[in-house]
Amino acid sequence: MEFFRQMLVIAGKDLRAELRTKEAINASLAFALVILLLFSFAFDPSEDTTREISGGLLWIVFAFAGTLVLNRSFAREVPNDCLDALVAAPISAAALFMGKALANFALVIAVELVSLPVFGIFYNVQWTRQFWALLLVLALGTWGLTVIGTIFSALTVNIRLRELMLPLLVYPVMIPALMGAMRLSTDLVAGKPLSSENDVWLRLLVAFDAVFSALSLVLVETVLVG
Amino acid sequence: MRAVAAEGVWKFYGDYPALRDVILHAEPGECLALIGRNGAGKTTLLRIIAGFAKAGRGQVRIFGNDPRETESRRRVGFVGHGIAVYDELSALENLTLFGRLYNLADPGKTALEWLERTGLERAKDGLVREFSRGMRQRLAVARAFLHRPSLLLLDEPFTALDDRAIAVLQHLLKQALTEGRTVIMSTHQLREALELATHVALLNRGTIAFHGARTAEMAADPGWVYAHYGEG
Repeated sequence: MEFFRQMLVIAGKDLRAELRTKEAINASLAFALVILLLFSFAFDPSEDTTREISGGLLWIVFAFAGTLVLNRSFAREVPNDCLDALVAAPISAAALFMGKALANFALVIAVELVSLPVFGIFYNVQWTRQFWALLLVLALGTWGLTVIGTIFSALTVNIRLRELMLPLLVYPVMIPALMGAMRLSTDLVAGKPLSSENDVWLRLLVAFDAVFSALSLVLVETVLVG
Repeated sequence: MRAVAAEGVWKFYGDYPALRDVILHAEPGECLALIGRNGAGKTTLLRIIAGFAKAGRGQVRIFGNDPRETESRRRVGFVGHGIAVYDELSALENLTLFGRLYNLADPGKTALEWLERTGLERAKDGLVREFSRGMRQRLAVARAFLHRPSLLLLDEPFTALDDRAIAVLQHLLKQALTEGRTVIMSTHQLREALELATHVALLNRGTIAFHGARTAEMAADPGWVYAHYGEG
């Protein structure tokens, strides 16, 4: 219970600070919408091939926009040496990590939920046909992105070129999860339900999230303190 | 039980030994002034004692425990170079946040008490980014004292403080010492530090050149330790 209380305190602090400044969420949302708009010029929305790659387009946008949120996660602690105060506090590094991951997840999923209707309009796609399944895939893919992004955000917090380093570290590690999320999203947007044909990707997403969440929880103390 | 016991502590930055076989003890109720030139290793030593970094060799104990243990962290208050409060939050929100992290019984009430003690009660709802430098520093002091730590680690606490903040900090430190709490402060402001200190440790290029009780000679002449044990 103490772990969850600490986690919620950290998540609440991060969300409050972000909603007050709106630095990351505004940048991320604007970036997602601009990329969706630019891609819509590059691909003809009336063509079937565009719909066939719609999941890929969607997740490229989410991954790029998401890193803008994730970059701020630990960078927010740098001014005034706030990270020292958090590391000094009697909370577990795992609770600190999970609190930050939870706040990042909420922010990234908010950007995705605003982007989805825009995606539907620009690409002439009826994305609501498998709404709940798509929501599940969004949640699983976003949690994977969030966990990887948050741990690498902690790792790169003291690097001068962290804005560049974070995507370079996150995207290669995210490849399996992105592949799964892209394939599933393409099927679901096309109206195909989750079935034995595509559930291997769903299992991959679940396994990816479980493995990297566990790894991050184990490693975060070393990442923060050495 | 000793408040702080550092035994044979080494710390390397690459190949460079920032700390070399440091042995340092502080008893409960002691105020130790950690002095030394820039780059002597004061901040590194304080960060290791606070649990922000690990020693390359040797070990540090806080009241018998490892500094990273939850119980140790609950007993330590740290004031570093940064104020360690959030610009986007109000003074009250900042202190309440840390009150919750330290699991205080009533974080909001305790936060208000400390805002009053540091003269910030009228600015409690103001965002920290709108505060003057002196107000920010007083808030940092309140944040460090909020959970009534048994051990206070202060890194250059008087640097860049305005006179009101110095007065607040000195008053709180004197009160902490009368309550039997331990204070270790690294400082270049010898006069202010030696007024409070019961003990003095001089760091020279990562080694302890002197460690002992503060004497009347030291209080009368703040440069006395450097003159007798420093590199000149």
